[in-house]
Formats: sequence, structure tokens, C-alpha cells
Amino acid sequence: MKATDISNPEYFHKVVDCQYACPAHTPVPEYIRLIGQRRYSDAYMVNWESNVFPGVLGRTCDRPCEPACRRGRVDEEPVAICRLKRVAADNKDDDDVNARMPLIPTQKNGKKVALIGAGPASLTVARDLMPLGYEVDLYDENPKGGGFMRSQIPSFRLPETVLDQEVDYVLDMGVTRHFNTRVESMKSILDKGYDAVFVGTGAPKAKDLRIPGRDEADANIHLGINWLENVAFEHLESIGEKVVIVGGGNTAMDCCRTAKRIGGKDVSVTVRSTYETMKASPWEKDDTLAEGIPILANHSPAEFIVEDGKLVAMTFNIVESSYDENGRRTIKDTGEIVTVECTDAIMAIGQDNAFPWIERDVGIEFGEWDMPVVDKVSFQSSNEKVFFGGDAAFGPENIITAVAHGHQAAISIDLFLNDSSVKDARPAPGTNLVSSKMGIHQWAYDSAVVDDDRQASAHLPVEQALTSRKIESEIGFDLEAAFIEAERCLNCDVQTVFFEKKCIECDGCTDICPTNCITFTNNDEEGDLRSKLNAPSTNKDQDLYVSTDLPTGRVMVKDEDMCLHCGLCAERCPTSAWDMQQFLYTVTKAGNEPAPILVEQVGGKREQAA
Amino acid sequence: MSFYKPSFRHPEAPSNELGLTAKAYEGGISTLCAGCGHDSISASIIQAVWGLNIEPHRVAKMSGIGCSSKSPNYFLGKAHGFNSVHGRMPSVTTGANVANRDLMYIGVSGDGDTASIGMGQFSHVIRRNLNMMYVVENNGCYGLTKGQDSATADEGSKNKKGRANPFEAIDLVALALDLGATFVARSFSGDKEQLVPLMKAAMSHKGFALIDIVSPCVTFNNHAGSTKSYDHTREHIQAASVVDFVPMAQEITLDQIKGSTQKVDLHNGDSVQLSKLSDNYDPTDRHNAIRTLLDHKAQDKLMTGLIYVEPESDNFHEMLNLPKTPLNELKEDVLCPGASTLSSINDSFR
Repeated sequence: MKATDISNPEYFHKVVDCQYACPAHTPVPEYIRLIGQRRYSDAYMVNWESNVFPGVLGRTCDRPCEPACRRGRVDEEPVAICRLKRVAADNKDDDDVNARMPLIPTQKNGKKVALIGAGPASLTVARDLMPLGYEVDLYDENPKGGGFMRSQIPSFRLPETVLDQEVDYVLDMGVTRHFNTRVESMKSILDKGYDAVFVGTGAPKAKDLRIPGRDEADANIHLGINWLENVAFEHLESIGEKVVIVGGGNTAMDCCRTAKRIGGKDVSVTVRSTYETMKASPWEKDDTLAEGIPILANHSPAEFIVEDGKLVAMTFNIVESSYDENGRRTIKDTGEIVTVECTDAIMAIGQDNAFPWIERDVGIEFGEWDMPVVDKVSFQSSNEKVFFGGDAAFGPENIITAVAHGHQAAISIDLFLNDSSVKDARPAPGTNLVSSKMGIHQWAYDSAVVDDDRQASAHLPVEQALTSRKIESEIGFDLEAAFIEAERCLNCDVQTVFFEKKCIECDGCTDICPTNCITFTNNDEEGDLRSKLNAPSTNKDQDLYVSTDLPTGRVMVKDEDMCLHCGLCAERCPTSAWDMQQFLYTVTKAGNEPAPILVEQVGGKREQAA
Repeated sequence: MSFYKPSFRHPEAPSNELGLTAKAYEGGISTLCAGCGHDSISASIIQAVWGLNIEPHRVAKMSGIGCSSKSPNYFLGKAHGFNSVHGRMPSVTTGANVANRDLMYIGVSGDGDTASIGMGQFSHVIRRNLNMMYVVENNGCYGLTKGQDSATADEGSKNKKGRANPFEAIDLVALALDLGATFVARSFSGDKEQLVPLMKAAMSHKGFALIDIVSPCVTFNNHAGSTKSYDHTREHIQAASVVDFVPMAQEITLDQIKGSTQKVDLHNGDSVQLSKLSDNYDPTDRHNAIRTLLDHKAQDKLMTGLIYVEPESDNFHEMLNLPKTPLNELKEDVLCPGASTLSSINDSFR
């Protein structure tokens, strides 16, 4: 294999698995270390720069980082990254954070940008463009900003105060709000002479279920996301006593738990798939079951039963799922039919995009499934002035993906309005690689690997939680649990950097490595090299770090897969051929400057670096 | 500074026939200098004992005094151990071996502990052919007392300040051959591919097995001019044979065949497969081995590998006709058969 080029920022970025898996590439170990040092405001700002909604995401994120977490490969469970983020948000010093918000130029740059929809994607674009002097107009049909974070996520999961604060951080930069204003025509927006338009309207159309009895029972059949929105904006305050939810995603979980809080007594969730393969996140399933809501798996809806013009029950075919060797699922009827009594039924079976308001003659090309044709990197549509992001760009995803889109779209808008190429002039990521050596065998991070298990996040007693849809049901970590959890982080951003010129091939690192990830051997093709390593090398997604030739003609090969970043290789190295170096990777935001390094310790005093 | 090793290991780490991963064979974290050859030797012992499917508690680690003699603390934490007086490891091991012949004895010594203060004990344990593996972690200096030349430092080898050693070195391999040792090998801490099979063979040998291992002292004897540095050893090393240890009833998979091969069956049914540098070299011929060793020395080469083996020899227990049952398992009625037996013995002398 060729020697690894560690000057390529993507090499070490990939070693930080959590950050690499995060759509917005939030520097996770960086902020977890700050939480471990009880520097909550600093941890919050590292998050805020990257993902704009740490308080929201610390409660609601889909957590792509956690399955990627290296600790999950050696320990039973990964680090509770999401709930640690919430710790930073809940314990930050508000005055400190307010003082660190970007300065907004009073002298504007003369360019105006319209943002359609006030969800996470649009707010991220506003957050990135406001400090550069753009004038931003934000349009939304609802009376407050937040988009689906407000309309679809119930308050018992995301308190309004948390959402308001983070939405306001952006709006208070001087965004011109056009709330209660439903944009009915793209043409009318374009006619207003904006220099650029960003569409972040989400995927607002709920899927319906056309089975017998649908029309007759219409009064008591609700569409999941619309129903949640009506509850959130208090157009609806109650529901019948017996509620059936159809669907097995996170929206279904939100619907059933909301129903239980506003009048539903017998609430159940029905899902066509098996319990294991249903789409909802495992922790949301746990929370649902904990509130006494059964999840009925293998229930395929058959009919709405109506008596005297009112919905009284639903019938379901009991099905069986089986998988072929390619993992493809087939669902077969078992012939058994089950009736579930209900006064109301809520359909939570998915959502679609809808762009009836975009005229098809404004230069925006539409492709498959009536979706706009959007560039995957620049988020620009075929009308060069119009950009898309969030669920509106490529279909329903999640908040963190919308934020990532927003940052990239803001870069494109800024480049476009400065006559630069949205494709070729995109800024490189900001990186920083600094030795963490403090002395002989002393490191600037907690190198010791603790054995603690994942800490459980505290919940309110169920009876108390169910009394109102506005009481947050999860209490989260107290500071003691947060510290223990933070120390579980393996610090994968502290990289093992190898200097071949210093190596005397004494094997000290090989002998001490707890997971045997270092091998000195003759170079070979990747497959053969992997088979020669000291430990099984089965995870091909993880790279091999290969040195140039050493004096004996061998090379050093390190399998990044199981490295605990404990620093023992560097401690056992007599010549400092290994060093533990802290790597910070930041996604550069609009403005073309590599992203700033947020906080550094200067003589014990916190200072914000430029 | 790390005082302990993280408890996580590779989740797919292989298990031996006892169902144990190498973790069960580890010891405490080493406090030797970073880069010390002794740590590599500890790691090789772990690999060898794990690979031979020996339960850790069936092993006794014996040592004297010195950096080398600290090292048993860093492997086989669940084995028995005795850190004895300087140079007296052989006699303590002899005593232990007499008390319980069923344990596997690993003696770890250094060049000072063996070639200076322990020289007499070393010579006599060879004569007795005590069933043990005797490992010399040979770095040519007294590392624990700031690096003075030891008795195995080569004549002319320079110390850290540049002064050349005026005295002739004691070659422990030559000495052992001369004293009639039945298994003599030399290796290098930086070559586990050679060292691990040698250790497996040494531990399977029924009798005294010496492995003299060049183990560089990174702190006091790893500079230019030293003949026991990593660089000098790598430049001058010459494996007389490539060794593969072959457990009983397993096929031979030696893949580094150079020159001719020779198979030597060990007492217990295992065997050693050698791929030899030259056809003229026969590791079962003591004269030949001594001659080859001297030839290498004359050419300024460090001869390594399995230098001599005598698979069928009487060890200490057999020479003295001791019972097969370990002493510590013999019951009182066997050990003290009573007055009538005593008088019948006495009667036999009348």
C-alpha cells in the first residue's frame, strides 16, 4: 500500500468517527472534553457554530454519531453523545453565550436574500449570511419560526423555551420576519428583486391511507404531522379516549404520546413491520412503551369500521415479514384478522414534498417524483438564483441534515453573489493538528480509558409526565452523570501521529497496544496486508495507517478500527516516533474564511480566537 | 503517565484451545524504560505460553535481581512467581522444581544476574539439566545501576561516554554448550518471529533450555559503538536456522524455507522444524554447533536461532530417580512410611 498521506484533512477526519458520521461534522470529542471540564458555555459554542440548535438537537437528534461511535465497537454501548449536547445547552451561561454571538454589520452589503420557510435549513442560512452583511427576509406561514421543530416535535420532548431561545439567536441578528405569510407563488418572490432565494419548506404533505371506510370515518381520522401541528399551535386541545396510531416511525411515537396527554386513554401504535425493524429510533420506542402505550407489530391496516357514521374500530390483517438473503423483505398475510376498537385514528405513515406554489415556468427544473433538480454539493437549482435545502431539497431527512444543507447553501449563495463559482471556489475545511504532549508521558487530554457503562438519562415519573403535553418528560443527565459519561469518550480526535524517521523498531508500541492495532511487517496490497496484522482486521471501512519504509525494510501499519486513543504507544516510544496530536476539523462556513477555532486556553483565561 | 492498561481488548481477539485470549496471560503495566527490549521478551513469553495452551496457573516465573528480573511482573499475572536473591534464581528454581515438578518453570535473568553474581549457580543448574526455560535478557550493561559494562559486554564495545570495554566477553551460549546444556538458543528481542517459536520449543523441551536474548538497553546501551544496540544487532544478526515449532499431530507449515530442512522430534511428541542456512550445520551435533558458533563469531556475526538440542536426555528428576508424583502431593504415609520401614532399611545395612 502507499504510505498514508496524513496531510489530507479527510484522513484524520475519518478517524473521528462520530464527527465524520454527523452531517454537519460537529467536532464531538472537542465539546465532550469541554463538558468534562465543566466548561458548558464553551461546549455550547462549539456546537452552536457547527449545528446552530444544540439545545434542540440535544433532545431530538437522530444521532447518526452514536452508531458510529468507536466506543460501541469495544464496549457494550456508545457514548451518549446526544444527551451530552443537551447538558451543554442546559447548563450554559446565557449571558456568556449572548456575548459571544457574531457581530452583525450595521453597514449592509447591499444584497438581499429571501428564505422561504422558517425551519432549521433556512435559519442556518440566515445565521451564516447575517454576519456577512446580507439583508435577509424570512417567510413562514406560522406565527413563529422553527418550522417542523415547532410544528411536529411535541413540547414534552422539546420545550418551547429551548426552541425559542435558539430560533431567537438567529432572528435577533436582524432577520426581517414575514410570519403568518404563506408564500403562494415563487414568481411573486422573484419579482420582488431578491438577489437570491432559498427554499427550506420541508416535506409538509402527510401521506394518507386509502382503505375501505376512509371517507365515512373522515371526521375522526387525522394525518399525523398536520394533527401534531394543530396541537402545537393549539387549534386542537383534545382527542377521543381510544386512539389507534398507524405507522412505526418517530412521528407515530410523537402522535401516540401526544394523544395520551390530551385525552387518549387507550392508545396503541400499529405497525406493519416487525417490532425490531420499525423505523422509530430505539430510544423513542423505549419512551413510548414506558408510558404504557403498546406497539402492535405485524398489523397491516385493512378497514375502518364505521357505525352510525362514527369510527368505532379498525381491522388489521396479521402479517409475517421474511427476508431473503439480499435483505429484501416480503410481507405475507397469515389470514388472521384483528379488530382494534378506536374513537380516533392517526395516520403517521410518511410525508412528501409539495411544491404547488412554484410555477413551472420560472426556470426551476423539476425531475423525478416532481422534485426540483438540485445540485448535491451547491444546493443550487437550475434557476441560478434559487437554492434548496433541508427536506425540500432531496426529501425527508432530519434536523441535523437540514442544518448541514443550510451551511452549504449559504456558502453557495455567498459565492454566487460575489461572482464566484459555487462549484469550484468552495472553501477547504479548517484543520488544526497540535501535539498534546505536556511532558514525559503527560498529555493534555484524559488518556486513561475508563470502564464506566453508559449512563441512563433520567425521566420524570410517567404519571407526572402524562399530566401535560408541555412538561418535558426527560430530565436528562445531572452534572455528575454528565461527567462520567463525558469521560467515556475515547478522544478519537487525539490522533496517533507516526514519525518514521524517529522509529528504531523496538516494538514497544506493538507490545503495549491493548487492542493490538499496530504491526510492523513487510508492505503488501491492502488485502494481504490486513491478513498479516497482529489483530483481526475485518472492518474494511476503517483505514490502515501505513508508514513509508523503515530501515529494516518493513512498514508500520496501524489499523484505525479498534484504536482506543489511550496514548500508550506514544508513552512506550523511546524516541517520540509516536505523538498524540489533537486534531480539530471544522467545516468552513460562508465568508470563505476557514472556520475559526472557537476557544483556546490562554493563561487560564478563556478567549475567543478570531 | 498511565499506570494501568485500558481493560478493553480487540473484540475479535483469537482464543486458544482453553478458550482464553492473550489478555489472560498479561501482567501489570511495565515500569521499565520505554523501548526496553525486555518488554518485547515479555510479550513473546505471553504469545508463546498462550500459543502452547498452558493455563497461566500452571507456570512459575522465577527471577533474581535486575531490570530483567523485574519483568516477570509484566507477564502472566495469574502465574506463580518468586523474585529471589541476586544470582540465586537457579537454586530457588531447583527447590521449587523438586517440590512440584508438574509446574512449568520460566526463569528470567539478565547478564549481570547470570554472568556475574550468578555465574556459579548458572553453571550448576546446567549440569543438573533442571527442567526449565532459562531466559537471559542480555543487554551488555547494568541498566539498573546506570549502565556500567557487564560481563557479556563485547570487548571494544563503547559505553555511552565513548570508552571501549577492555575485557573479553563471556559468551553464555558457548559456555552452556561447553557445560553440556541440552537446549541452547540465541535470539533478539526485536525478532518475535524467531523468538516465539524458540520459546515454545524451549518450554516443550524436557530439561534445561537456555535462550540468550540480545535485548537492547535503550537508555544506556543503544548508541553508536555499542555492540548490543538495536542497529548493531540487526546489522550483525545471522540466523543459523529458521525455526518453526510444530505441536504434535500438526502439519508443518514453515514458509521461510532457505537451504535444507531438518526435523527434530522433542520428547513429548512435539517437534521443531528447522530451515537451515547450510547443509553442514546440524543442531543435534554439539561439536558442530560449537564450531559453527565460533565461525560466526570470527566473522563478526551474531549467530541466532536454535543452536543445539539434545531431545532425549535425562533431566534432574530422572538422574536422581525421583518419584513421578510431585513432592507436594505425596501424602504423609508415603513420605513417612513408619518405624517398620525404617527398621527394614536399617536391617538391610546390617
